[in-house]
Amino acid sequence: MKIGLIVRLVVLVLLVAFVVSPASFEWAFLPLTKNNQPAIYTQNTLLSLTLSHLTFVAIATVASTLVAVGLAIVVTRPFGAEFLPLSRSLANIGQTFPPVAVLALCVPILGFGAGPTLVALFLYGLLPIFENALTGLTTLPPSVNEAARGVGMTGRQRLLGVELPLATPVILAGIRLSVVISVATATIGSTVAASTLGEVIIAGLLSNNVAFVLQGGLVVGVMAVLIYDALSALERVLMARTGQRR
Amino acid sequence: MSTVAATGSPRIAVDKLGVLIALIAAVAALMPFAAFRANRIVVGISKGIFEALPLWEAVLVALALVAAILVALLRTPRLWRLFASLAMLAVLFVAIGHSASFLTPEGDRLARVSPGAGFWLAVFAFALLAADSFTRLKLAPWLRIVTLLLVAGAIALLLWSGAWNDLSILREYANRAEAFWREGQTHIALALGSLAAATVVGIPLGVVCHRVDGLRAVVLNVLNALQTIPSIALFGLLIAPLAWVAANVPGASAIGISGIGAAPAMVALFAYSLLPVVANTVVGLEGVPPAATDAARGMGMTNWQRLAKVEFPLAFPVILTGIRIVLVQNIGLATIAALIGGGGFGVFVFQGVGQTAMDLVLLGAVPTVALAFAAAVILDAIVEMVSTGARPA
Repeated sequence: MKIGLIVRLVVLVLLVAFVVSPASFEWAFLPLTKNNQPAIYTQNTLLSLTLSHLTFVAIATVASTLVAVGLAIVVTRPFGAEFLPLSRSLANIGQTFPPVAVLALCVPILGFGAGPTLVALFLYGLLPIFENALTGLTTLPPSVNEAARGVGMTGRQRLLGVELPLATPVILAGIRLSVVISVATATIGSTVAASTLGEVIIAGLLSNNVAFVLQGGLVVGVMAVLIYDALSALERVLMARTGQRR
Repeated sequence: MSTVAATGSPRIAVDKLGVLIALIAAVAALMPFAAFRANRIVVGISKGIFEALPLWEAVLVALALVAAILVALLRTPRLWRLFASLAMLAVLFVAIGHSASFLTPEGDRLARVSPGAGFWLAVFAFALLAADSFTRLKLAPWLRIVTLLLVAGAIALLLWSGAWNDLSILREYANRAEAFWREGQTHIALALGSLAAATVVGIPLGVVCHRVDGLRAVVLNVLNALQTIPSIALFGLLIAPLAWVAANVPGASAIGISGIGAAPAMVALFAYSLLPVVANTVVGLEGVPPAATDAARGMGMTNWQRLAKVEFPLAFPVILTGIRIVLVQNIGLATIAALIGGGGFGVFVFQGVGQTAMDLVLLGAVPTVALAFAAAVILDAIVEMVSTGARPA
């Protein structure tokens, strides 16, 4: 565990160093280039691309978390119970839509750039969070709910004081999945001219420059793995706090 | 559990989902039904339903819409709701084809008529109703497959009859029919080929992981990390090593291995497919009740016999779920293969984005979504059939 933490910290420091000052790593990418191609992408700074990449992911994830958890709460209340079977099958059907198609189909409505990317990330992020929130809210031990009712908690108190806290780790697992998917999907956003790290990869593909593809891919991949690990750790802490164990 | 219907008052009961569907359908009715463009890239002119169709047809569609909304709004039997939604969808589909023929001037090959926002919204509303009635009917798995085939047959009939020939997406198709079927074949070959390879490698790997304790964490972690690499990057990163293999391994280029094209796409899809197959094999084998393996051991079965006759059949539904995830995921991911010259329906999507020709994007996106959807329905049904067969409840 300790070694794992050190490795992750080293990787994080390397990632930040590379993004802030890619030129000092030029030696590592030079052997990959041919015919005096540039080894480091300089059209836009890696730092600005990384930040805008992460901003896309953050905005989309916050929006999809709010909407997905809200929907899951509605369909698990007696008022919205009628929508439960439909919402389940919709979440199932929604997952069959490939992200590229969602992205491309948003273009006529929203134009090129940030708009379609945000919408695609939002829609694609909804499903894992919604499914997990639904699982978290519907699989609580009945005894817990009965006890809460027994001590005279109202529906609202039960939701905020018992159900949501207990479901949080599962919801967080959904958010983690959704973030990892978003980090990867955001790269495709640059096919519709959003400024994300995909720009570097696509520039590399177009000019046949492996160094570009590698540096874009590395930054995105390492970011995804680190975020995934950090959220898993957070989940374990929350699990321990609510006394659940997996 | 308190429901509105339980009050037993004589007033007409309203369905909550029906209210939502009625609202969406009402908004749809106010929005343009079709869009007309003089050629494929100019901005379209919106046409409301009464402009888009001859008067009597428009009146018929409007009446059908009102009837379908009423069925949705009131608490009607499920079968009624199902038939009403399917009938309304059929009316919309036929109407949009007629509208295209009606709006296109005689003999004009440049004009494009595409479905408008109102059409899509109305389709969405009644597809919701159909999905809801389907879910509530809880059809047997084989009936779901039959229904899927019937719907596919109806759409094929519409396409074959030429009723949609004046729609913009089919105009795009007519210009590249040959390429469409070629890319379609590539798309399916990419998705199914990588799935087959992942199954052949992944299931034995899962069995080994299940039996050798130390291996499981390592293999699953590596595959997990692989899954987080964005698909574009993975496709791109495979170009260099495969180009090297093609240049340096005798015979490699002869069997079609090269840096760009289908080979890196196939390898990348295979890599993404491994995790769900291996993970589900491990989970499935772990879920086999210890009593079953003990009994098998007590009967004197060898390791192999136990695996083949007891553990594997019991774990099969879970493994099949993994295969379902992979197939649906691969059909979607194969669109990205077009970026590295791997072909597939993604070719039309990216061409369309490049030319801002949305009909071309649709020509790539619609078959992809339809394929993924059909694969999901069929494999879900098979998983359900297999799991009820393996464990009589």
